[in-house]
Amino acid sequence: MNARIHIPLASLVAALVALALTSPDVVAADKVDPVADARAFQNFFFQKFPNVKHEDFVNGPYSMNEDMKRQWQEKEEFPPYEFALEAGKEMFSTPFKNGKTYADCFPNGGIGIRQNYPYFDSGEGKVITLELALNRCREANGEAPYSYIKDEMASLTAYMAYTSRGKLMDIKIPDDPRALAAYENGKRYFYTRRGQMNFSCASCHVQSPGERIRAETLAPALGILNAMPIYRSEWSGMGTTSRRFVTCNSQTRAVPLEPQADEYRDVEYFLSYVANGLPISGPGARP
Amino acid sequence: MKLSLGLAMLLALSLAPSARAASEADYKAAYAAAEAASKEAAGMRNQWTVTVSALAAAKRAADGGDFGRAVAAAREAEALAKASIFQAVSEKEAWKAMEIR
Repeated sequence: MNARIHIPLASLVAALVALALTSPDVVAADKVDPVADARAFQNFFFQKFPNVKHEDFVNGPYSMNEDMKRQWQEKEEFPPYEFALEAGKEMFSTPFKNGKTYADCFPNGGIGIRQNYPYFDSGEGKVITLELALNRCREANGEAPYSYIKDEMASLTAYMAYTSRGKLMDIKIPDDPRALAAYENGKRYFYTRRGQMNFSCASCHVQSPGERIRAETLAPALGILNAMPIYRSEWSGMGTTSRRFVTCNSQTRAVPLEPQADEYRDVEYFLSYVANGLPISGPGARP
Repeated sequence: MKLSLGLAMLLALSLAPSARAASEADYKAAYAAAEAASKEAAGMRNQWTVTVSALAAAKRAADGGDFGRAVAAAREAEALAKASIFQAVSEKEAWKAMEIR
C-alpha cells in the first residue's frame, strides 16, 4: 500500500522538478524585451537585404526596386503630397476660434517632434498617437475632431512630419508594465493572422517585402511608418496611418477596427519602436 | 433501360429530402445560428468582411421571398463565422511562430 502511494509521489516530485527546470526557459522566451526585439527586427531586414542602405528602408517599396526608386526620385521634384503639405502648414498656423493654435498643444510648438510619436502616456496608461493628439488638441480648444482617415488629418500630419524630416525615430517605452503590455499587444497584433485570407501584417511586410501582390511591390515592415502620412496613387489622395491599417485589414477580408482603436495604437507603438534610429521621411508617396 | 430507370429512381429518391423548398422557418433558424456565430467572432474582434456580406445576402434573399437562397447564404455565413472564431482561438498562441527573434 505504502509503495503504491510512494510511486505516484515520486512521479509528482520528478514532474515538479522537471517543470521547475524547464519553466525559466519558457518564461524567458515569453519575456517582453523591446530592446532585443528591435535589434532582432532590424537585423532581420539588414541581413535579408544587405544591399539596401539602412536609412533607405523608410522609403518602402522604393528601397526594394531600383527602377521604382528612380521614378520616385523624379516624382519627388513635384511630389503629389505637396498640396496637402501646404494646406497642413496653413491649418497648423491658423488660430482656433479661441485664438489658440496647434502649437499650444505640443512640445516645441509642434515643430520637429514627429519622431517622438506615438508615446506612452503614463497618466492615462495608453498609447497616444500624433493623430489622436491632434484631435484632442482640437477638442480641448472647442473644435470638432477631424476624420482620422484622410483630408485635414493627413494634411496636418504631413506638415508635422515634414518639419521632422531626417530626425531619427525615437520612441520610448517607460518602465511601466502597462507600456510593456501595450508594446506586446502591438507586437501580437502585427504577427496575428486575420481575415479570410489568413494574413498577418507580417505575411506581407516581413515574409514578402520586395515581392509583388498584383501590381504592388510590398514594402518592408522596417521603417514603414516613418513615411506616414502618404499620398497613394491607388487612393488618388492622401492617407494617414489609420487609413493604412484599415485598408490592410480590409484587403485581408477582415472587418477593420475603428480608427485609433487600442490595437491600432499599440501596433503603431510597436512598429515605430522597432524603427528607432531610422529617419522620418514623411510625407511619402506610394504607388 | 432497366438499369437507367433504377438509377433515375434512386437519384430521385436521394434528392427528395433536399428538394423540399426551404421555408421561412428554415431561414430564421439558419440566420439565427449564423448571427450568433458572427456576434461571437465580432466579440473576439475578428470579424470577416465575407461573413457580413453573406449575412446581408441571406437577409436580402429572404426579404425577396427566396428562402432557398437565404438559407444557403445564412449557412455560408455561419461557416465563415466559425472559421474566423477558429482562427482567433488558434492565433492566440500561433502568432508567436511568426515572430522575428
